[in-house]
Amino acid sequence: MGISNIIFLLLFVGAFVLFALRIKTIIRNIRLGRDINLNNNFAQRLKVMSLVAIGQSKMVVRPVAGIMHILIYVGFIIMNIELLEIIIDGITGTHRVFAFLGGFYNFVIASFEFLGLGVLVACIVFLIRRNIIKLKRFWSAEMTSWPRSDANLILTIEIFLMTAFFTMNATDQVLQSRGVEHYIHAGAFPFSQYYSALFTGLSSETLVMIERSVWWFHICGILFFLNYVPYSKHFHILLAFPNVFYSNLNAKGKFNNMESVTNEVKLMFDPSATPPPADAAPVKFGAKDVQDLTWKQLMDAYSCTECGRCTSNCPANITGKKLSPRKIMMDTRYRLEEVGKNIDKNGAEFNDGKSLLHDFISPEELWACTSCNACVEACPVNIDPLSIIVDLRRNLVMEESNAPSALAGMFTNVENNGAPWQFAQADRLNWANEN
Amino acid sequence: MEIKVPTMAECIADGEVPEILFWVGCAGSFDDRAKKITKAIVKILNKAGVKFAVLGTEESCTGDPAKRAGNEFLFQMQAFTNIQVLNGYEVKKIVTGCPHCFNTLKNEYPDLGGNYEVIHHTQLIQQLINDGKLKVEGGSFKGKKITFHDPCYLGRANNEYEAPRSIIEKLDNELTEMKRSRANGLCCGAGGAQMFKEAEHGDKEVNVERAEEALALNPNVIATGCPFCMTMMTDGVKHFNKEAEVKVYDVAELIANAQDL
Repeated sequence: MGISNIIFLLLFVGAFVLFALRIKTIIRNIRLGRDINLNNNFAQRLKVMSLVAIGQSKMVVRPVAGIMHILIYVGFIIMNIELLEIIIDGITGTHRVFAFLGGFYNFVIASFEFLGLGVLVACIVFLIRRNIIKLKRFWSAEMTSWPRSDANLILTIEIFLMTAFFTMNATDQVLQSRGVEHYIHAGAFPFSQYYSALFTGLSSETLVMIERSVWWFHICGILFFLNYVPYSKHFHILLAFPNVFYSNLNAKGKFNNMESVTNEVKLMFDPSATPPPADAAPVKFGAKDVQDLTWKQLMDAYSCTECGRCTSNCPANITGKKLSPRKIMMDTRYRLEEVGKNIDKNGAEFNDGKSLLHDFISPEELWACTSCNACVEACPVNIDPLSIIVDLRRNLVMEESNAPSALAGMFTNVENNGAPWQFAQADRLNWANEN
Repeated sequence: MEIKVPTMAECIADGEVPEILFWVGCAGSFDDRAKKITKAIVKILNKAGVKFAVLGTEESCTGDPAKRAGNEFLFQMQAFTNIQVLNGYEVKKIVTGCPHCFNTLKNEYPDLGGNYEVIHHTQLIQQLINDGKLKVEGGSFKGKKITFHDPCYLGRANNEYEAPRSIIEKLDNELTEMKRSRANGLCCGAGGAQMFKEAEHGDKEVNVERAEEALALNPNVIATGCPFCMTMMTDGVKHFNKEAEVKVYDVAELIANAQDL
């Protein structure tokens, strides 16, 4: 084992340790949420996950973005098989260790080139859509400089990685054809065979140097990417699967029942019902901060890749209101990260005096929602921004008594005369006798 | 035609058990425009010989707008009161004239002890047609261009897109779809308790955006299945001064008018 193999091993292990630590933090943060039991309907959940996450069924609702996304998705997953060879080569000092597979190996390497080209094209198209065509959903208010740079950075890294991959194959071919030691004859290169023409004029020493450099660049790039992803919106590549698995299986129109309220209302209807013990912790109604949301809602926030399909389908947003479902998810994630950092720094009991409601999300945004479920329907990874909007509204109304005055009037009407308008319940059947 | 609207209390007094309860809803009871939809539904039920009853003065708001606005207390108080009445009459099956009542009764009452088979009036009409209890011919709508606006609480919320469309198609007319339809339909702007408040500050009203989309198809009729959508779409059509050319009807009214009920 040479010095380069040891460096490789250290880099590799180091990158995975860092990655694991970050994942641990994210899991801790998600677990700050309230408990909700979603360990049911395993078969149906598996089906939804296969269709929506693995099968990308909601992505292709928008065909251009959908097909381009599938190119990157399939390319990413399958090309990672080559990572296995790269790791073994890196540790043991071999070159194309799986070459003994012969014709099959050539087929696999050739198909990687097809996939790689697909990824390259899709990334370029995506960059054009974001930065030259400037699609509206990538430039709305919450898409400040960081979310925009995040997206561009990911696409740029992928382009660099693919370029390194093709350069590696191109130089390798020239070296193989010259019979240079170590560069065994292996692989088929449908695209980089043309690219390799660029390198035929160079000396073998230079080529080895280029080939080794791009090999190292490629693997270092992958390890960097691994550690960038969990800090980025790009984390959806991992969370999409569990997030869809645990998605809401009820009818979208069903808002969850608040047990805490049921207990209180039962007491009002039946004074003989058992009141909660006097030392029971006071219940908070609705959500004021991220800890009041469920772990699933927090997982939703980490799964969001800020594509903005929710916002571009939101009737409130389309008509210029302040509400953007994507911003609801981004704010939830920003706040959760902030709370997590506070805990790391100052301990679990620390209170920074801020909250998701008001400091991040304003009542004006919440009251613009028509609860139409367009955002929920549009999300390719089954995120439910509406449930967060409703939980925050519940806090506004039941904890702060902070409803718009027209709605407070509606509440009074429902309470006093059983209708949202000021009509007497005794007149409810008058329509039957009117002409 | 005179309509017959028996109440649950009357039925029980006469020793009759209606096969279905017609949940009229607040809009259907009090809103002048929606009352016409209610009557159209009753005419259809009468015509098809369905044994139904209403709660009349014993009906109360389902609590839907309270729940959407975040007032779970008020919602549950309404729900418990209504469930007491419904269970008292041993109601098994309910048809609603409003997708919001439909959604709440169907999806949110079971957690509080109210378990009923709940259907929307478009689903009932579809069943009556399929069972041969209701004959439908094009009548006055034959050859007319109709577009259907999906109510969110019927469509996305409960995945019912076909019942209203299958009824409209029976009328021998041209059903044209807006670009945003079915699962991709655009809200009228009234859901989530917006009906009862001013819209937040923006640069356009949601119903104007939606009416604009519908009017671009040059339809004779915009059909819907929700009293709130009815208000919003009617106002939207008026916004463009098109109320003389383009009528907004509930699917139940299309059937009742086509049959001259």
